[in-house]
Amino acid sequence: MKCQKCDKPATFHITELEGGKHHELHFCEDCARQYLTQGSVESSAATMAGALAQHLAVGQTAEELARLDQKACPVCGITFYEFRNQGRLGCPHDYIFFEKELEPLVMNIHGETTHSGKRPERLAAGTQRRTELIRLRREMKEAIQGEDYERASQLRDEIRRIEESAS
Amino acid sequence: MTAARPVRRSPSSIDQATVELNNLSTTIGEWLRGTGPESDIVMSSRIRLARNLADFPFISRASEHDRVDIERHLREKIAKLQASGDLQYINVSELDGVDRQFLVERQLISREHAESQGARAVLIDPQEQISLMINEEDHLRIQCMHSGLDLVGAWEQISHIDDLLAEQVTYAFHPRLGYLTACPTNVGTGVRVSVMLHLPALAITRQIEKVFRSLQKISLAVRGLYGEGSQAMGDFYQISNQITLGRTELELVQQVGDIVPVLIDYERRAREFLVRESQQNLHDQVSRAYGILRTAQTISSEETMHLLSRVRMGVNLGLIHDVEIRDLNELFIRTQPAHLQKLRGVELDTADRNIERARYLRMHLNKEDGHGEQN
Repeated sequence: MKCQKCDKPATFHITELEGGKHHELHFCEDCARQYLTQGSVESSAATMAGALAQHLAVGQTAEELARLDQKACPVCGITFYEFRNQGRLGCPHDYIFFEKELEPLVMNIHGETTHSGKRPERLAAGTQRRTELIRLRREMKEAIQGEDYERASQLRDEIRRIEESAS
Repeated sequence: MTAARPVRRSPSSIDQATVELNNLSTTIGEWLRGTGPESDIVMSSRIRLARNLADFPFISRASEHDRVDIERHLREKIAKLQASGDLQYINVSELDGVDRQFLVERQLISREHAESQGARAVLIDPQEQISLMINEEDHLRIQCMHSGLDLVGAWEQISHIDDLLAEQVTYAFHPRLGYLTACPTNVGTGVRVSVMLHLPALAITRQIEKVFRSLQKISLAVRGLYGEGSQAMGDFYQISNQITLGRTELELVQQVGDIVPVLIDYERRAREFLVRESQQNLHDQVSRAYGILRTAQTISSEETMHLLSRVRMGVNLGLIHDVEIRDLNELFIRTQPAHLQKLRGVELDTADRNIERARYLRMHLNKEDGHGEQN
């Protein structure tokens, strides 16, 4: 596929989300860099996150980028590539798993990296443990699909234990 | 103080939702009443909070099964809240396109919520100040809307609901990053503070672009009447914060609140300028707009918004005396496509809507002086 701005091969494929609709952009590296740095002010917040994530990725070498793109969250399975294409994260654990990658993005958007607003009064110590439920439920589904019922029942018990511990 | 209404999942819930929407279409939101501080220019103050459950994937990674679970879980927890007034539950996934559009026009759900797929719902209070959207971009989006400039009041109300809900559910929360959201642009407080301003004189005097460029420099976003990507219909503009992390909610409320008097002052000065420099021309424009709205036989939504905007300014400047601001505010909403169709009870194509819209405007703008049409 050719870059939509010049005749070089397109190596960057950007999905912009506007008003709930996707549209695809195909650029060579130079044009992608140009597109992402022009910073259209009227772009929506989601587009901004996506564009910034793309922009950060453009700053990496191809090798680093390929490695980074394949990194997948153990809880929800989203890859960094999927995130930077859609501008939306897959689960709360992504903020911990991709912490290093997200930090400059968060800094870019907010100019800060530490929350100073309200906190849930009953901040359950088990918040992170509850996020583990996402992984456990996924593993249980996979165990059932793989007909590993023993593992599925162990997982079910573990899920119940966490669910009942604080809800 | 009463609990939220119990939830219906029976097949009749579709009919029920329709009945309730039909009831809604005969009332109008509190935020349109056209009172409250600075309400000649500030139409409404709105705050929304983005919240997610700790134990489910965000919506983009959620399976349909997850979405159903999230919807059920939140619905049950919200039903336990001691909310002021009866929250009305509407299963958005069971509504047809016109009904979903109706809720968008009413500002009770977002366009994204209307257009997405799968299990999703909204709970609304009778005054239409509060709406709780389930399975929007985040698991939960709480919104509170007040008439005029009342950001602090809206914040206090929404924060109270948020506190009550936090006793029921475990939110996705990170000690350093705050409330975790599907999009990193909302992380931290998850709060979006917005005011909807009516700025016709700044638009007429072509100063609006300049004003917006300076707002963007101080990290404030400008959107149209119906949020992201929507046109500035009827010269209504929503100003809101872009940053959500590193400042307290009240600081963000203040950031938006602080800019409002400045914009009000600009708009008032632009109006004064128009009155001073070209009063006759302005009076003519306003009167012609009013004349068209009272006599047209077919009229588009866009033209209606444009003309209503002129008339609204005319009333605020004392050039038109026989129509109330509240009635004009309502007409902006009631002449939208889905509202007209709900009123008629049938689906209408664009041409029929334009005829219906003109009929509706004639009926409502001519009633005072007795020579109006009966139909």
